[in-house]
Amino acid sequence: MSELEELMKAFGEAGPDKGIFANKEIAHLVASGHKVLSMRGIDGLEVSAKETLTGISAQVTVKEGVKIKNPVHMCFGILHKKGTQKIKMDVRLERNASAHFIAHCIFPKAEKVKHIMDAVVEIGEGAEMRYSETHYHGFYGGIEVIPKAVVKVGKNGRYFTDFTLTSGRVGKLEIDYTVDAGENAVAELIARVFGHANDEIKIKEKVVLSGENSKGLIKTRVAIEDEATAEITGITEGNAAGARGHVDCMEIVKDKAVAKAIPIVNVTNSLAKVTHEAAIGSVDKRQLETLMAHGLTPEEAVDVIVKGILR
Amino acid sequence: MSILEINNLTFEVNNKKILDDFSLKLESSEIHALLGTNGTGKSTLAYLIMGCEGYKPTSGEVVFDSRVINDLKIHERAQLGISMAWQEPVRFEGISVKNYLALKNKEVNPSSYLELVGLHSELYLNRMVDKSLSGGERKRIELASILALNPKLAILDEPDSGIDMLSTQDIINVINVFKKNGSSVLLITHREEIALIADRASQMCYGRIICSGEPQKVAEYYKSRKCLVCDGEVCLYV
Repeated sequence: MSELEELMKAFGEAGPDKGIFANKEIAHLVASGHKVLSMRGIDGLEVSAKETLTGISAQVTVKEGVKIKNPVHMCFGILHKKGTQKIKMDVRLERNASAHFIAHCIFPKAEKVKHIMDAVVEIGEGAEMRYSETHYHGFYGGIEVIPKAVVKVGKNGRYFTDFTLTSGRVGKLEIDYTVDAGENAVAELIARVFGHANDEIKIKEKVVLSGENSKGLIKTRVAIEDEATAEITGITEGNAAGARGHVDCMEIVKDKAVAKAIPIVNVTNSLAKVTHEAAIGSVDKRQLETLMAHGLTPEEAVDVIVKGILR
Repeated sequence: MSILEINNLTFEVNNKKILDDFSLKLESSEIHALLGTNGTGKSTLAYLIMGCEGYKPTSGEVVFDSRVINDLKIHERAQLGISMAWQEPVRFEGISVKNYLALKNKEVNPSSYLELVGLHSELYLNRMVDKSLSGGERKRIELASILALNPKLAILDEPDSGIDMLSTQDIINVINVFKKNGSSVLLITHREEIALIADRASQMCYGRIICSGEPQKVAEYYKSRKCLVCDGEVCLYV
């Protein structure tokens, strides 16, 4: 079986339909370890990638005014037990362009794997980018994932991202995203992670509201059990008149897991407003009792609540 | 035949009797309205019957379907056929109305239960049971979810509170559906028009039943402020 076939098999097992990579109307980029296995651009969207000593370097550009109909799929993974993958991504959406990117990061056998993503994203005036990233790290926990992104959203631009790692082990996760929102721009960052055993989760997301009337939301939902740890830092800066930001962090803690939430709000313009809320603790007693009054056992009820917040 | 018997139930918090030697019998398929001003122990009684955490009787027993259930946990009581619609139902992130109505029984048709509580299924099925719902909408969905369980005993804690006056008839219809389905209902309410649909009613004061019988009679007694326990000081309003 070729490496591409093997990755596609793992991809299919992780849930999505692997047929999307055969569809000529769908742009994609597939990389395993240091190798670029497949890529396709479509009208108005250019994809280029080259292999480097430690990973790959890729550029994606959506041309001015082009609205990409189908989601652009990116699949990154390491199929071996050990290895390092460094990905350098440069994504650019030109003026009034729009695209939805779906990234699948698959490391099913990871015992000693490191995946480092370093992305620079530029969203032009009036452009919109949605970026959904789903990870699957297998059941061994021997993985370190360090995604870093610096995003600039231009005037009237919109950026929505959601990161999901809710099945299998997390390993060690260290997210570091910074988004700068220009005039009337919108930035929404959502992360959902479920940690088990000795998983370590660190999420740091920062939204800088530099433009007038810009809006930002950082929403984090984390559940941890066993001896997992989580430290969530949500930072929002309101630096312009009319800027509105909110940081919303919820962590459910079970067993001996330890959670920490650090919401930071920093306002330098008296006409800006930034709010925050953080809730950490065991499952809400009233929610639990309500579900139990429907006949669910305590275990089933906790499962429903945790799955709900991670959905 | 009684589905629920509460025998000499006393519940104390910090040496204060919230329920005082309280007894009540509820027959199969009976709707029993419980009236009483705030703080007279109605919701506490509901929590004790349901078996909520922190609500263990100081003395007395709760008998359901001829079985003493004092030591059973909430879900065990629910599995026997008791369920409850809370006065202020909680919200759940990430759970759709459709899934909420089918939590225990995946075979139910959620749409039919939503229509029974006056909600158009196409507008609500895919909504989340979260903060996006108004208090009244959430209460109706809670009622629908209890209906979908088809319990032997439904405890409805002020199903009418937070519901607009124009929708009172919707709530009355729902309570009648419980009865039609063979459920017994313990109906806690402040509204006379709701209480009047019950088969029997009781008025509570200071953790006791002070008057019991025909709903109309109990409601009139309640409004007369002739409570012998508090001499009208507590029982001021319906």
